Amino acid sequence: MAQPAIAVQDLRKSYDGNTALGGISFEVAEGEVFGLLGPNGAGKTTTVEILEGYRTRDAGDVTVLGFDPGEAPRAFRERIGVVLQQSELVSNLTVRELLRIFAGYYSQRRDVDEVLDLVGLADKKNARIKTLSGGQRRRVDLAVALVGDPDLVFLDEPTTGFDPAARRTAWDMIRSLRSLGKTILLTTHYLDEAQQLADRVAVIRSGAIVRLGTPEELIGAGGPVEIRFRRNGEPIVIETEEPTRALHELTSQALADGRELEQLEVRRPTLEDVYLELVQEEEGEG
Amino acid sequence: MRLVVHQLGAEQRMFWRSREAAIFIFIFPLLLYSLLSSVYSQDITVNGAKVASADFLLAGLFGYGAANTAFAGLAIILVGRRETGTLKRLRATPLPPATYIVAVILSTLVVFAIQAVALLVLGSALFGASMPANVLGFAGAIVLGVVCFAGMGIGAAALIRSADGASAVVNVVLLPMAFLSGSFGPRTDLPRFLKAVADVLPLTYFLDIVNGVYLHGESLFSDLRAVAIVAAWGVAGVVVALRRFSWMPNE
Ligand SMILES: Nc1ncnc2c1ncn2[C@@H]1O[C@H](COP(=O)(O)OP(=O)(O)O)[C@@H](O)[C@H]1O
Ligand SMILES: [Mg+2]
Repeated sequence: MAQPAIAVQDLRKSYDGNTALGGISFEVAEGEVFGLLGPNGAGKTTTVEILEGYRTRDAGDVTVLGFDPGEAPRAFRERIGVVLQQSELVSNLTVRELLRIFAGYYSQRRDVDEVLDLVGLADKKNARIKTLSGGQRRRVDLAVALVGDPDLVFLDEPTTGFDPAARRTAWDMIRSLRSLGKTILLTTHYLDEAQQLADRVAVIRSGAIVRLGTPEELIGAGGPVEIRFRRNGEPIVIETEEPTRALHELTSQALADGRELEQLEVRRPTLEDVYLELVQEEEGEG
Repeated sequence: MRLVVHQLGAEQRMFWRSREAAIFIFIFPLLLYSLLSSVYSQDITVNGAKVASADFLLAGLFGYGAANTAFAGLAIILVGRRETGTLKRLRATPLPPATYIVAVILSTLVVFAIQAVALLVLGSALFGASMPANVLGFAGAIVLGVVCFAGMGIGAAALIRSADGASAVVNVVLLPMAFLSGSFGPRTDLPRFLKAVADVLPLTYFLDIVNGVYLHGESLFSDLRAVAIVAAWGVAGVVVALRRFSWMPNE
């Protein structure tokens, strides 16, 4: 197999003695969309900014596109695109002017108008950036990250604060990036976002990766199926590893008794259930 | 080199597009010059010699303009860009940091050079001010002033924590310095204690240099001690910047 785009081995980082990352390991393959999913303060931004070359690490081996991001040489910066969690692009320049300035920094770049099309800002290209809405500025952010035609794109909570419609548009954009063959490392605290976009997800909590796999694998590892119904208005929940057998027994019994299983429902745990369970474990410990 | 030119173009575009920058950095010293020259019309006595007030003030406002553009203006711009995350973003692009800083200083130089020419045009047209006695030395003073005050500006940017306070902080430094150094009037009647302060300020020595080349046709380097003191301040700023300047916003 080809060399992974990102390889992280036992990465550790603490701030003034407080551990932010307690030794995490993962790999991201070329062309993969990898999601780092976790609540606020889990260590997502710390991880991403170490990989981008902004922060130093205390220990661990990190390779990004074959480089050590701690040294962040120019050849490395030619090939990454960065959308920061926080950034306020306030500028008197127009969208197009700003993109042309950033495009000039790269030896290999994408056509500015093409990038504007991709992020859906073609009709705003001559607007001053300071007149744009928050969501539109976030798209300018993404456009700036893409104008150098990066192989690897970092997106730190790209849709936090978006309304549902804007989030869906952003998802479509990220999917089209994927279809261009870009490797994407995405952080989010929205589970549906990870589920929708990521090929593989690492659930991170208090600086440790507590689950890692495809969204299906995470659900598969999520324990028993639930069968719910009501009897005389009382809710009844049965958890079972053998749903076929349990259902057969329940329904034959009900038919024999001439009863209806009111509001019968068979539920596989969603990623959300798995995730909430993981986060609750944390609260239970804390 | 291509990148320096590219970034210089970008900086110029951003500067002139921003109304606040264009007014406070470019227009304000010109306005102040016109105002002061209208008020003081008599000759001013400096070290026993009489100097036309329009000439004296032109040199004074030239010095103030250099400090305002390269020290105050640059510090405010850099702190603003740091706190909005613009510098952080630039750091992830292939643009080398040194290229960026050089382009930013060159852009400041362009702005101040235009301002200096505007001062001369305004002064001679409206107030009968003289043209520089040593033109080459005058041009050299533009470069010397911008480079040294830019060093101090970058040093100041490294020390200022928040964008909100940046403009207040630099002006609290700049305005008293300009008064004490004699940008707005002769510094002869300062009390002893303020005189002692004036004697260490870079603008004091920069104004001596400007007066030398502008009025007396001296060479830029005729007073090496003054050049050395101005340069030392610039170097001090750069040293502070090298130790303390951060590209990341304060969280
Ligand atoms: N610059 C910093 N200085 C001190 N502590 C920090 C800093 N950045 C993050 N932390 C701490 O490290 C932990 C992880 O933070 P972060 O990586 O920002 O998490 P996330 O992005 O998942 O919300 C938090 O407890 C946070 O308070
Ligand atoms: Mg974060």
